[in-house]
Amino acid sequence: MKTKKKGILRRLFKTVLSFYPVLLPVAIACITLTAIVGAVPAIFMQRVIANIEEAVKGALTWEQAGGPILNDLYILIALYVVSIITGTIFGQLMTIITQGTLEKLRDKMFNGMQKLPIRFFDTTGHGDIMSYYTNDIDTLRQLISQSCPQILISGITVLSVLFIMLYYCLWLTLIVLAGTAVMMLVTKRIGGGSARYFVKQQAAIADEEGYVEEMLVGQKVIKTFCHEEEAQAGFDAVNERLYDASRRANRYANMLAPALFNIGNVLYVVLAVVGGLFLTFNVFNVSFSGMAISISVVVPFLNMAKQFTGNINQVSQQVNSVVMGIAGTERVFDLIDRPPEVDDGYVKLVRAREEDGRIVESKERTGMWAWKHPHQADGSVTYTKLQGDVRMFDVDFEYEPGKPVLHNISLYAKPGQKVAFVGATGAGKTTITNLLNRFYDIADGKIRYDGININKIKKADLRHSLGMVLQDTNLFTGTVMENIRYGRLDATDEQCIAAAKLAGADDFITRLPEGYNTFITGNGASLSQGQRQLLSIARVAVADPPVMILDEATSSIDTRTEAIVQRGMDALMKGRTVFVIAHRLSTVKNSDVIIVLDHGRIIERGTHEQLLEQKGQYYQLYTGAFEFE
Amino acid sequence: MVKEIVHSLREYKRQSILTPVLVTFEVLFEVLIPFVIAMLVNRIEAGCELDVILKFGAVLVAMAAASLVFGVCSGAQCAAASSGLAKNLRKDMFYKIQSYSFSNIDKFNVSSLITRMTTDVTNVQFAYMLIIRLVVRSPLMLVCSFIMAFVMGGSLAWVFVAVVPVLAVGLIIIVAKTIPLFHRAFRKYDNLNSSIQENVKAAREVKSYVREDYEQGKFGKASHDLRKDFQKAERILAFNQPIMQFCLYVVMVVVLSFGSYLVITNTGVKGAIGVGELSSILTYGFMMLNSLMMLSMAFTMIAMAGESGRRIVEVLSEESSLKNPENPVTEVKDGSIDFDGVSFKYSAAAERCALSDIDLHIKSGETIGIIGGTGSSKSTLVQLVSRLYDVTEGSVKVGGVDVRDYDMEVLRNSVAMVLQKNVLFSGTIKENLRWGDKDATDEEIKEACRLACADEFIERFPDKYDTFIEQGGANVSGGQKQRLCIARALLKKPKILILDDSTSAVDTHTDAKIRKAMREFIPATTKIIIAQRTASVEDADRIIVMDGGRINDIGTHAELIKRNAIYREVYTSQNKEGHDLED
Repeated sequence: MKTKKKGILRRLFKTVLSFYPVLLPVAIACITLTAIVGAVPAIFMQRVIANIEEAVKGALTWEQAGGPILNDLYILIALYVVSIITGTIFGQLMTIITQGTLEKLRDKMFNGMQKLPIRFFDTTGHGDIMSYYTNDIDTLRQLISQSCPQILISGITVLSVLFIMLYYCLWLTLIVLAGTAVMMLVTKRIGGGSARYFVKQQAAIADEEGYVEEMLVGQKVIKTFCHEEEAQAGFDAVNERLYDASRRANRYANMLAPALFNIGNVLYVVLAVVGGLFLTFNVFNVSFSGMAISISVVVPFLNMAKQFTGNINQVSQQVNSVVMGIAGTERVFDLIDRPPEVDDGYVKLVRAREEDGRIVESKERTGMWAWKHPHQADGSVTYTKLQGDVRMFDVDFEYEPGKPVLHNISLYAKPGQKVAFVGATGAGKTTITNLLNRFYDIADGKIRYDGININKIKKADLRHSLGMVLQDTNLFTGTVMENIRYGRLDATDEQCIAAAKLAGADDFITRLPEGYNTFITGNGASLSQGQRQLLSIARVAVADPPVMILDEATSSIDTRTEAIVQRGMDALMKGRTVFVIAHRLSTVKNSDVIIVLDHGRIIERGTHEQLLEQKGQYYQLYTGAFEFE
Repeated sequence: MVKEIVHSLREYKRQSILTPVLVTFEVLFEVLIPFVIAMLVNRIEAGCELDVILKFGAVLVAMAAASLVFGVCSGAQCAAASSGLAKNLRKDMFYKIQSYSFSNIDKFNVSSLITRMTTDVTNVQFAYMLIIRLVVRSPLMLVCSFIMAFVMGGSLAWVFVAVVPVLAVGLIIIVAKTIPLFHRAFRKYDNLNSSIQENVKAAREVKSYVREDYEQGKFGKASHDLRKDFQKAERILAFNQPIMQFCLYVVMVVVLSFGSYLVITNTGVKGAIGVGELSSILTYGFMMLNSLMMLSMAFTMIAMAGESGRRIVEVLSEESSLKNPENPVTEVKDGSIDFDGVSFKYSAAAERCALSDIDLHIKSGETIGIIGGTGSSKSTLVQLVSRLYDVTEGSVKVGGVDVRDYDMEVLRNSVAMVLQKNVLFSGTIKENLRWGDKDATDEEIKEACRLACADEFIERFPDKYDTFIEQGGANVSGGQKQRLCIARALLKKPKILILDDSTSAVDTHTDAKIRKAMREFIPATTKIIIAQRTASVEDADRIIVMDGGRINDIGTHAELIKRNAIYREVYTSQNKEGHDLED
């Protein structure tokens, strides 16, 4: 555990160093210099005071004693100037390093996250993902900009002071070290308690967030059932637990500083008493300086002990943020380290044209696309026209080992055909579409696209050739036009509007306050579910893929509007291979083939008429004798 | 803003007052200890006896103990006060939200409310801790150290009078410059976070459109923009330290040079400062400057928490747009409903009326079907009945009384509504059903489930009525969820039952069974059924066809098939080919 923590700090240091190979060493040099220069003046002050004492004892005049005093002061001033300059440089560099590192780590996390397989998004809670960018990055900021420099400064100061203390007296130094051990113990106890409750507090906050979210999502139900008081009572219980953890965590944290401060005071008293004893009994002194025990050893020693314990106190105050910072850093690295989605496909999608019956690559837009398939064996390249022929052979799949979801799925969709999937929730309809675009990889069997094994196709190109419209439509903050253009970034306004018209979305868009330039925020909260689905259909229309997957794409559009959309959809589907999942049978009726799934197996297949004739599951569904979902 | 937040202190006022009092004592001892230490040092230098040292030692240990006790107590009180304030703020917000009407709820989104109840409250809690502890402690420390410096150093202490204002002005300038920058930066931070959220939610879209690079570019720009703002603010803030250092060093140099001059030239003069005083002055100087520094940091943090405070107060001061009348009617006579010249807008600023010119009279016990396209305001119409929104013009009467004259709870208990977005809560089936009637017996629950055709599948669960439903009803199918929601509403034994597209995922056979059960077992209840399928409303007494926020037609199925184009279109789109199969 300890070594793991150290490993993380070392890695953090290396990471920051790789971002700022020049600035970071300069900053460290500056802070080291600041710390040393900050500790040394104690010696000069001591010399000044010793000089004064001598002058007082010897009844010297200012003219006689002033010279050496002023000389020491000049050195002191010089040191101070250096300290201010290095301190200023350090402060400026550190903000650049901190903010720069945070930006770079944020980008690394985000860029890495974009490359993660869809499984990550399916299995990680969204609150948890957000936490990387908010809480964890925050603890990291604290760690880099405050805790680490503070520990460095205090550490160097403590070392310098320790050295100077040994210069004066070993015995008293040992007492200080013993006192320091006590302070460490106290820090461990109180700081440990505080850290424990802070962890509890985090958990309590998460609990409360969960409760509040559930209640607020169902707020309208609460209102219609006049259930407000019960909701409040439930909240009070969760809230009380959070209060308790928070109070304890902060109580421990608040206790630490006064506890250490006063241990320092007691240590001071002990030193004074022991020092007095030494003076009285004239104990033999062991020190670097070889000075015998005297007033001029004990008095400066007391001051140094104060500086020493003060710095120990400073370090202890950082315990909480270091513990939390390490945990945060660990999570940040954890996200960055996740292996990206593997893509070893080498078949690419290229623009093509036909020349003398052969397909050749083309630089210009031709409206025709081809798969460029290099063969490693003989170095030759073949071109296959992009048509949208999809076949699955004996496909098995499981999301988790030992829990198969699909068994022996074989099916084909010829270019231009419409294939519908029907079946209960959990039958595996959506899973099949997840395999087509390789959101997940099949366990066994084969999927071929235009005769090419999809594992050989570059994922980006495979996905370009497949359009998706999902039940839960997600829109992006931006104008309506920008949202449609998401389908194809180089589409002109005219093409976007044409796509919207095709999808039947033009009608409601033009009635929006600013038409296509209406700005939608968040998840398009101002639009109805149906309107959002229309927009996502327009988005896929602009992308113009040869194969489309419609997963409950029209479920939130009422049947009457759907009839209108259907015309657009029919136009959109013309000449394309389409996979449709819908629980409204009127949507799937006119498919070329309907596949009925049950528990991951194909139990029936055929056209609407054929299936009705079979009088099997589909017939029962259709006549309403069987519940759908 | 401060007033509203302080209002939430309540039972934690005692701790909030106790904290600064205890802090005052803590500070007094902290200031006195160096004073006694200086005396001790002087004695040791003068070559005193051991028993004098021991005496001083005893006093110092006692003082340290006192300081420790006060420090620990003030820390504990402070923790209780600030955590307590946070608790009450969260509670007040949650309670307030419970009092919101539908239009209030529409105004805030859930994630923003959650942020306000967590992050923002935590910020305010932290700021409050600073206020009752540091903001008391630092000025007190400043004043006490100043006094002690004068007591010990006399004229030498004047150097502080010169330095402190320099530091104060420097710090004020920094704070004033950074706060607006931080405000801006934090707003950008919020935007960045919501764009990450958007990206995560739309992961499937991003991947299937292969927009990873595009998203990275978008994020990189926002992230860099954010960094620029934060860096700017923090670079200014970083000048705190050098200014502080500068002042401290000036004090050191002046005290050492001028001080040594004073010591040497005034040797032997009674009351003049000695070496011990010299070093204590430096200690006090350090304390003084340090407390100023803490103060400036506290101010920056408190100012930043101000934005959080504002967001909290926004929730607390939002008044419910619906008010209970002064002398409410507490009994709903029957289930008749009258719309008289009703128009409705969701907000005063909205251009279009969601409903206009609605005149509709429904007799108690009637079954009414409502059919209409997306955006035809079917749901809006029925939400006015249980006064989830108030009409903009005209009036809605239930049982002959304007809904605005009823006690809201009485009205809503008589008008059961199954919302389109129906939600089940985590808990057992029984617990969920008891939302309808918390005193319902097991028999009554079973009866309601029988009516809603939910008993068949509940009985098949191993734990039956004690089956645990996960948040949002994730472990039951859509059709099962809808039937549970209907059973929940039936338990209210309402005078009016509204089903807003509540059987869309239920198969047609069960759908018909539910309707039959309702007709037979609760004949006196007025039933309003909004549906997508004409099959669900065919047997209603009357069917309302909605279009663009107006009533397009009212009639029976047979009448509408004959004369209403919209109705016929919906009907044929659903029955075209399957028609001959139905009988």
